[in-house]
Amino acid sequence: MALLNAEIRKDVKAALADVKQPVVFKVFTQEIECQYCKETRELVQEVSALSDNVSVEVYDLVKDQAVAESLGIDKVPAIAVIGKKDYGIRMFGIPSGYEFGSLIESIKLVSDGESGLAAETKELVAKLTKPVNIQVFITPT
Amino acid sequence: MLAYQLAMESDLIQGHMVEVIEFPHLGNKYEVMGVPRTVIDETIHIEGAVPEPMLMAEFEKLLQ
Repeated sequence: MALLNAEIRKDVKAALADVKQPVVFKVFTQEIECQYCKETRELVQEVSALSDNVSVEVYDLVKDQAVAESLGIDKVPAIAVIGKKDYGIRMFGIPSGYEFGSLIESIKLVSDGESGLAAETKELVAKLTKPVNIQVFITPT
Repeated sequence: MLAYQLAMESDLIQGHMVEVIEFPHLGNKYEVMGVPRTVIDETIHIEGAVPEPMLMAEFEKLLQ
């Protein structure tokens, strides 16, 4: 049974129509003890079917440990949204409700390769000298 | 999402979205009660939706 209804598929397809540069969803799951792993994998697969430039690679947290470590994935389900390079964008947990919108937005961000931030913000960010990890905690809406 | 835009802008920045119901130990660790809650580098916590200027004010603290 599809996770996305026809209405949502139509909207997503339209939203992704301008995506030109390829984007890969690297989705991490595991076989046991993961409540939404299967649904997360299915969800990103359904989304990728709506654009020729969005694809999915499925990895197992345990069996593909080296890949998981290289992308800093320590819990599942997880999605790394990758474009021509890894911009450090991750989603942990199934992207439902509002987060689904963020997932679609992340495709466009990664494909464009441009942050869309204000000039002052870009100047500030350019001054960073060490790594910064920003975590945004949400609940499904 | 702002955290994602910041991750795009710098190789030094990672932007992670974490759904706390699936990871309750993280909800506890960061004492997440209201969402969204933004945590920068384990130390700076911001409740609620964060507009760009406010997040940047927090970022300035990191630069000091």
